[in-house]
Amino acid sequence: MSALRSLRFASLVVLGVLAGLAVLLWAGGYAIEPALTALWSGSVGTWYALTSATLVRTIPLLLTGCAVAIAFRAGVFNVGAEGQLLVGAAAAAAAALALGSWGPAAQGIALVAGALAGALWAGIAAQLRARYGVLEVISTIMLNFVALYLVSWLVRGPLQEPMHIYPQSSTLADATHLARIPGAGRLHVGLVLALAIIVLSGWALRHTAAGFRLQAVGESPSAARSAGLIDVQRTTGRAFMLSGAVAGLAGAVEVLGVTYALYENISPGYGYTAIAVALLARLDPWRVGVAALLFGALEAGAGAMQRDASVPSTLVSVIEALLILAVIGAQAWRARHASAIASPDDAAEAEA
Amino acid sequence: MSDVVAPFLAATIRTATPLALAAFGELLVERAGLINIGLEGAIIAGAFGALWGASVGGVAGGFAGAMAGGMLVSAVFAIFVIAFNADQIITGTALTLLGLGATGTLYRALYGSGGAALNVPTSAPLAIPGLASVPVIGTALFAQPPVTYLAYLLVPALWWWLSRTHAGLALRAIGERPDAAAAAGISLARVRTSSVLFGGALGGLAGGTLVIAQAGTFVEGMSSGRGFIAIAIVVLGRWRPLGVALAALLFGAASALQFAFQAMGWSAPYQLFLVAPYLLTLAALASATGRARAPASLGKPL
Repeated sequence: MSALRSLRFASLVVLGVLAGLAVLLWAGGYAIEPALTALWSGSVGTWYALTSATLVRTIPLLLTGCAVAIAFRAGVFNVGAEGQLLVGAAAAAAAALALGSWGPAAQGIALVAGALAGALWAGIAAQLRARYGVLEVISTIMLNFVALYLVSWLVRGPLQEPMHIYPQSSTLADATHLARIPGAGRLHVGLVLALAIIVLSGWALRHTAAGFRLQAVGESPSAARSAGLIDVQRTTGRAFMLSGAVAGLAGAVEVLGVTYALYENISPGYGYTAIAVALLARLDPWRVGVAALLFGALEAGAGAMQRDASVPSTLVSVIEALLILAVIGAQAWRARHASAIASPDDAAEAEA
Repeated sequence: MSDVVAPFLAATIRTATPLALAAFGELLVERAGLINIGLEGAIIAGAFGALWGASVGGVAGGFAGAMAGGMLVSAVFAIFVIAFNADQIITGTALTLLGLGATGTLYRALYGSGGAALNVPTSAPLAIPGLASVPVIGTALFAQPPVTYLAYLLVPALWWWLSRTHAGLALRAIGERPDAAAAAGISLARVRTSSVLFGGALGGLAGGTLVIAQAGTFVEGMSSGRGFIAIAIVVLGRWRPLGVALAALLFGAASALQFAFQAMGWSAPYQLFLVAPYLLTLAALASATGRARAPASLGKPL
């Protein structure tokens, strides 16, 4: 797909989202103009909104979106990015609280701890799939709930602040906070880390043998197996845990860069939005960059819409779901179209 | 002891009812070879439909609204999966997101966001004369809201329909050998669409049970994973009506343990009880998936 086509696709999506939003607002009896004004000014209308609201929300979506894309590419339906993010946040908070006096080293350890926790959490579902054939869609959703209650227990138990009043941890030591980007409000260097991971994942999928194996297994496990030299079980297991590690890292980055403490509602559902992000990006980590920005802006704007125009912020999940349906509907239509006419251009498009 | 056992049994039945209803619906869907991960969306849509229906037409209106809500969500599933040939897992995931988001939005738009909990007419327990006075188990099993008795009746009804009727045979044939069934002149699309709509109606009814027979109100996200638990129950029940009913009871019992422990004065972090059904689901899937045989075409692209 050429750059021009990508641009055309992206603008189509943005227009579609805005049109869908306008219809939903109209159907709900809300005034469209003030709502869309709030959406604009709360997301990209000002430098402050762009950096402190939109881009700050884009960071976890970049990472979780990338996590979902990696897993889906390998044929692993990991819908547990939310739980992996939560345990990543918990592990990073625990590490940063315990090692706060170590300064920057503690920061690095906390990031690694978050990624490891996410990988292990995904590893449970990976084991259940490999050993017992348990459908990972169900096991990862169940593990999301378990992670939610785990955090709920931690912030009222072992990790609760010393006064034992609020259900949250103590504030992390300053030295463990991710540095802010100068002149960009609350935006922190987690953005650089997230972008680096996106670029690296996209490159690895395209240009390394491991990336090729992962995609081969995702597209046709039986073909990958019979072609030889690919251990399907091991490849899917690794992809699953890698996906969990990236989602866990998202949680660690959120704790160290935004909240500076662990509490229950640390994620407004980034791990679920990530599914829409990844599908819209057609499971390509590089395109995840654009899709995450779109959803980061939508989430930021939705907060402003609720504040200024009292439009329920849950409207964003409706938009996300409709977008997923639109994408898979278009893919299904295109696949049928491509097989019926089989022009080389369409076939290539359907493969991409 | 009976002051612990009777409430425990009653709580078991109460928690198991919506799970069993949703699982019975999914059972038929899966026997037809599809897997509807969007069941969670159907349940929450049913819960919202119940709220809306009950505020208009009382208890009956509530249950009608519940089934309509569930069927609406599953109709979208049927269109995407059966007509468009879209991926079942991704469609189901999107519909769960859609159900949760749309009901939350509608609730806030219609009834105000921070608003006081809205109470709807509830379906009162109906004691069955004679049976309800059996010691210990009587009130637990036979002084329940009528929808629970519907769940009881569905066990033999589904068994009979699946194993003794032509339509049931056609459904099973499609789940096992879709190509052979199609060659024998069975309309795959029609049978699968009906099963998905039936599954949606029962999923919606499960959501309606939460609102009308239990909570008496709607809470955003009140389905809290029951759709996924119901799918696990179908696996644990080995795709058979009686097995599914027993598996639902097991889950009901796990959730009801917290009431029993509270009554006995045993204390533990409350999260441990809340998390029990989800852990049990994982354990159940691990122990049941390998041994039971799923319908041969389950979840495969059409």
